[in-house]
Amino acid sequence: MTRVLVLGIGNVLWADEGFGVRCVERLCERWRFGPEVTVLDGGTQGLYLLPFLEEADILVVFDAVDYGLEPGMLKIVEDAEVPQFMGAKKMSLHQTGFQEVISTATLMGYCPGRLILIGCQPEELEDYGGGLRAPVAAQIDPAICIALEMLAREGVCAEPGPGDTSMLADRAILRSAYEEGRPSEDEACRTGDDRFFPAEG
Amino acid sequence: MVVQTPNGFELDNSGKRIVVDPVTRIEGHMRCEVNVDENGVIRNAVSTGTMWRGLEVILKGRDPRDAWAFTERICGVCTGTHALTSVRSVEDALGIQIPDNANSIRNLMQLALQIHDHIVHFYHLHALDWVNPVNALRADPKATSELQQMVSPSHPLSSPGYFRDVQNRLKQFVESGQLGLFKNGYWDNPAYKLPPEADLMATTHYLEALDLQKEIVKVHTIFGGKNPHPNWLVGGVPCPINVHSTGAVGAINMERLNLVQSIIQQGLEFNRNVYIPDVIAIGGFYRNWLYGGGLSSQACLAYGDIPEHPNDFSPEQLHLPRGAIISGNLNEVHDVDPRDPEQVQEFVDHSWYTYGEPGKGLHPWDGVTEAKYELGPNAKGTRTNIEELDEAAKYSWIKAPRWKGHAMEVGPLARYIVGYAKGHEDIKSQVDGLLRTMDLPFEAVFSTLGRTAARALESEYCSRLQQHFMDKLIANIRNGDESTANVEKWDPSTWPKEAKGVGMTEAPRGALGHWIKIKDGRIENYQCVVPTTWNGSPRDTAGNIGAFEASLMNTPMERPEEPVEILRTLHSFDPCLACSTHVMSPEGEEMATVKVR
Repeated sequence: MTRVLVLGIGNVLWADEGFGVRCVERLCERWRFGPEVTVLDGGTQGLYLLPFLEEADILVVFDAVDYGLEPGMLKIVEDAEVPQFMGAKKMSLHQTGFQEVISTATLMGYCPGRLILIGCQPEELEDYGGGLRAPVAAQIDPAICIALEMLAREGVCAEPGPGDTSMLADRAILRSAYEEGRPSEDEACRTGDDRFFPAEG
Repeated sequence: MVVQTPNGFELDNSGKRIVVDPVTRIEGHMRCEVNVDENGVIRNAVSTGTMWRGLEVILKGRDPRDAWAFTERICGVCTGTHALTSVRSVEDALGIQIPDNANSIRNLMQLALQIHDHIVHFYHLHALDWVNPVNALRADPKATSELQQMVSPSHPLSSPGYFRDVQNRLKQFVESGQLGLFKNGYWDNPAYKLPPEADLMATTHYLEALDLQKEIVKVHTIFGGKNPHPNWLVGGVPCPINVHSTGAVGAINMERLNLVQSIIQQGLEFNRNVYIPDVIAIGGFYRNWLYGGGLSSQACLAYGDIPEHPNDFSPEQLHLPRGAIISGNLNEVHDVDPRDPEQVQEFVDHSWYTYGEPGKGLHPWDGVTEAKYELGPNAKGTRTNIEELDEAAKYSWIKAPRWKGHAMEVGPLARYIVGYAKGHEDIKSQVDGLLRTMDLPFEAVFSTLGRTAARALESEYCSRLQQHFMDKLIANIRNGDESTANVEKWDPSTWPKEAKGVGMTEAPRGALGHWIKIKDGRIENYQCVVPTTWNGSPRDTAGNIGAFEASLMNTPMERPEEPVEILRTLHSFDPCLACSTHVMSPEGEEMATVKVR
């Protein structure tokens, strides 16, 4: 049986950085897999993810990736290109972490043979406590479609209906609770310094 | 210009300025600048967190019972510790008593995190400051095997064939061009002192530790329901105990408890047979490199943790010690009261925040996080591209916490010095034993290596504590107590209109506190003072330098353009800038950019 790990990575506290985690959240709302598929909110964890990689033949990753494209554009990278992509500059914020996870799994001889990275170009990352921007949020369903199609080609199919949410985020930080419970901008300053906001400087 | 700091350091910024940005192999983003004299000795040190943190403000108005889930997302390594600190702060505010089993389970999880972090820190982040994996390719497997048997006769993995296999695997990995993990090292720097055999032995253990760390975190999966983001609960722990079940979803049964028991044993054996012997062996080759003590010989702070009984944080009931040492007087250990407005205070005169008036310190309950980004008159570069900071002005996104006005070191070394000074039996016998084995005087603990060794000893002690709480949990269950949560005060209608509380833990990297104010069932103010805020703090109003800065002082560098010594000492604190600031490296750079000016 081909074992699959579908992983959403990123930090939900940093606006579009939460794209990957929100994708797996939505995926489980709408689709159900058999026991060979694990859907996991990986957050910004590094080595903690190794045991999950060890138990997978196919790894699908959703992530916000800075490809230098228009905000909201999706780009798919596969197999040998994945680590190389994740090593480029200005990619996902925690990429050193995840790149190291792939590198470590390779060193240990258990990196999944098939790697699929479904990345979305973010619009806004510098908004601590913020939610997804519209063009990025609009890509959650298309990104899931792509993942389902690619998995179907590998012989892994999903059925409609709610899936297993036990490996997802606590309900307090699921997208709707998180974004609706957000304090106003007056109360909660969301900016950083000029080096990261050159436009405002 | 030469400046004398109130905490006893002479700062001279006239020499060559070296900028290391970012400091690599840490969680989060950090920059360091030093001045070296004509002999390459560090005479001034400036450490700065380069990113803004604002977790406190986004918690405003949220449900206090949810705060743990947000704080768990601050960073990628301290998840559970923040969650535990958060639920403790809420329980303290609302007067919620947790069951005995919940205390044991929380301790088992916190200790697992402690052990996991210490082992991963040593082998996967810090060892590369002492060990040269590229040099390991030149080792003789037979000689490595002999070294292994001498260093640790009880470790079963020690045959020449085993080391030859590992060496071949390493060779393949390096030759495939995927040096990934080991790239960007200063591998020909003379600051590396190990013979190839010791390099191969330590690199082999790097791989063994990778296998082991996967097991250790299963404790979180078992008790927290899942990993990497385990579940927590105000009032106890969210996992029911049902020893008669064979597989009810999420319930703790005998099969799972047996798995926890076997993981505790594996951790204990690794700590005894691999981790501590490695630190002794590697340390032996660096026994003359006793720099990096910094504040440890004069000012140490620990809040203490691992309570024997639920909700009892009195110092004598804590297995990890609590106390404060100031002015280098180990004969007097002060008690620490996180509620006292005069004890823990944060200053921002050299931080990019403002309190409206200079020189003011605020207790965390009254903490304010209002940004004010401005560079001093002597800074070089621009606001968006700083070439050189002006440490006489504001220069960091980290606030400066002080205990009764003193800059303090926190972390494993601080805990061990406080414990030693208090006569904590386990700690004292471990420290004395290590010093005897290495034939070093007590003063040697005040060093970078002392920090590294304290972490290894603590990891072993934590394994033993895990066993203690495992036994306690099993005995309790045998006596019929399966309670894991107290939900009497779950409903906000049972809460007072206003309440405030504090949660304290010892995170792997040091004293962690969350201060909360609750009003009308919602969070009114939330402040985290994290370990790296203590250690990485900038100067305060009086001019005292923080622990990172102090630890770099007077260290000679082999090659100033290759900051091996700076990285070595900063890494020994296991810094987590993600918590004290946040998780981003703007260019995704892995290599430290070093500029010599």
